[in-house]
Amino acid sequence: MKTPRFLLPAATAGILALTLSACGGGGGGGTSGGGGGSDADANLDGRGPITYVQGKDNSNVVRPLVDKWNAAHPNEKVTFKEQTDQADQQHDDIVQHFQAKQSDYDVVDVDVVWTAEFAAKGWLQPLKDKMAIDTSAMLKPTVDSATYKGTLYAAPQTSDGGILYYRKDLVPTPPKTWDEMMGMCSIAQANNIGCYAGQFSKYEGLTVNASEAINSAGGSVLNKDGKPNLNTAEAKAGLGNLAKAYADGNIPKEAITYKEEDSRQAFQSGKLLFLRNWPYAFNLITTEGSSAVKDKTGLAALPGKDGPGASSLGGHNLAVSVYSKNKATALDFLKFMTSEETEKFYATQGSLAPVLGKLYEDQELVAKLPYLPVLKTSIENAVPRPVTPFYPAVTKAIQDNAYSAIKGEKSVESALSDMQKSIESAGAGS
Amino acid sequence: MATELGPTPVKAPASGGTPVHHGPKGVGEDNRIASQGRWAAWLLAPTVVALGIVIVYPIISAIVMSFQKDAGLDPATGLFTAGGSAGIQNYVNWLAQQCAAPDGGTVACPPGTLGGQFWSATATTFFFTIVTVALESVLGFWMAMIMAREFRGRSMVRAAVLVPWAIPTAVTAKLWFFIFAFEGIANKLFNTTILWTGSEWPAKWAVIIADVWKTTPFMALLILAGLQMIPADVYEAAKVDGATAWQRFRMITLPLVKPALMVAILFRTLDALRMFDLPYILTGGANNTTTLSILVINQIRQGFNSAAALSTITFIIIFLVAFIFVRFLGANVVEQSGATGKGKK
Repeated sequence: MKTPRFLLPAATAGILALTLSACGGGGGGGTSGGGGGSDADANLDGRGPITYVQGKDNSNVVRPLVDKWNAAHPNEKVTFKEQTDQADQQHDDIVQHFQAKQSDYDVVDVDVVWTAEFAAKGWLQPLKDKMAIDTSAMLKPTVDSATYKGTLYAAPQTSDGGILYYRKDLVPTPPKTWDEMMGMCSIAQANNIGCYAGQFSKYEGLTVNASEAINSAGGSVLNKDGKPNLNTAEAKAGLGNLAKAYADGNIPKEAITYKEEDSRQAFQSGKLLFLRNWPYAFNLITTEGSSAVKDKTGLAALPGKDGPGASSLGGHNLAVSVYSKNKATALDFLKFMTSEETEKFYATQGSLAPVLGKLYEDQELVAKLPYLPVLKTSIENAVPRPVTPFYPAVTKAIQDNAYSAIKGEKSVESALSDMQKSIESAGAGS
Repeated sequence: MATELGPTPVKAPASGGTPVHHGPKGVGEDNRIASQGRWAAWLLAPTVVALGIVIVYPIISAIVMSFQKDAGLDPATGLFTAGGSAGIQNYVNWLAQQCAAPDGGTVACPPGTLGGQFWSATATTFFFTIVTVALESVLGFWMAMIMAREFRGRSMVRAAVLVPWAIPTAVTAKLWFFIFAFEGIANKLFNTTILWTGSEWPAKWAVIIADVWKTTPFMALLILAGLQMIPADVYEAAKVDGATAWQRFRMITLPLVKPALMVAILFRTLDALRMFDLPYILTGGANNTTTLSILVINQIRQGFNSAAALSTITFIIIFLVAFIFVRFLGANVVEQSGATGKGKK
């Protein structure tokens, strides 16, 4: 049990060495971004094997495409690295690899809301000059979602927009504006069901719904310079719409706990007249055995102030890492993955909405995905969620304050003013 | 220790408990001990290095990071730039709930920022800890008393009781998430329309119920182990002396089970202070169910260095609680297992 005398110094020295290396590591870790310039100019002509990183490929669309690419490019093979199906974990995984400046992630699939953050960290290759891609055929809001400070940092690949599901057996023509929809709530009351619901639980879905309310009323969360712009009459009207509807029961009380699936199930069991949800719900509502509204569901664009509302944009963009050694190959692969043929395959195989406008009129696709024309209106009118490198802080500011405002715990004005201050504080750095 | 004394204890000194080497102490003997020591050092070295890498390095690294500023945005390029040294600003910001202001100074954190949630998260964490540990101790004690009795199928019950503890917390949380959904079993069963995750107290109770369900078995088993250490003849003697059941419980069971009970409570308290996955999945931290650990995780996505400061603060809080337990409440987990650990910090 006696500790040999000389062991102590040895152990101490070992620990000390580790401590010192820790200091070095900590200091290095603090330096993020800034250095993007030189990395962005390197390896532009590099060709060779690359790795493509994406979240779980649930509908098995990526592997067939990668196989197809590999068959045609034996010297520039793509390895598919599949992440988990949890968005947070995908985000953190990419951050860890880029933070360490590893070159093993060549092409990454980034959620639209991460694009600005990764671009500002200097991790994404600007898609200009030698690396430029053609975005003219793509729907503009999807290109905006991949653009930061006037530079394109990623190629839009799949898109998503909110649509309004309504009970066509009860509502002959869908409402075009929010006020019209609220006017139809008497139909819901007469049938003893809830009128309207979206996703109002305190999570990312609330940011989507609150931004849609604000954008549809003509307001915006951030202005063109990326500064918060919430102390406006439009923003007040937008968030006020939700707060008022919740207070007077047009939005049922339980909607404050709804995420996508809860709200879909409420509509599907016939308890809602109107539902805001993503296109994914269509297939389930119209085919699931338990659905009470299989043949009674209509689709429309989200209602706005005078016409179609402004949906929040979902979807994913593809970006090339600045640390990639084979950027020429990466760019070719990027183009391949956003080509018309690939987009069509994504739509038919994975029900993932394309970013190319013309595909929304493709007869074959529309026959398979009947919501495409409505979705096109939705995406064309969509506003990307705030494009900001401080997205986690911005979405938190929106969620916390919109949640309190909808529940009536504080006034819409003070909620918006707190939102404004919180976003300002996030942007101020620390 | 005790096992080393062997069948012929030669009056080993009570303190220290170190077996004393008797016998002739020649030069060869010294060499033998020295080479044994060297050999032991080599055997221990990998452990020391491994501990250094997995424990010391992350802690030191976190502390170093906590004194750095988070990356700020260069307005011209729109790129992040390293923040430089922050001194103790990160700590001050958390403790005083200050946030950065657009003009470069600090303001009180507005609602909707993580910084404004520090004290409420601390209060929530302690509230959860006190309520869940109290409930788990009482229920665990009760369950342990039952399991300590002789009855048919006792081993079945003991195994069955462990089921909630065996389920991963994330799965438990998801399970209770569905139970507490508006259309979930809880509301159906009691014919209520409570928005369990939609307002403060139902949400808090939802978390508490789920946590108690999950961890009471752990408590029960630790206490059961303590109960089984009590020799049956003590009870028999008490019975002979005419002690009532209540007296036996109060005068014999409680004092004798106290060491095990305190260790169980200490473990659970430290665990509960780190509570993360249950509220994170069940309520997402809404309605004042954000614990310190949830705050740390959310802050990591907004800035590592500030998150490092917060996790250091959390570490200190938990350490203080553990210290108080060991020092004042007599949870002697350390003395039992660490009497010889003088060399380690």
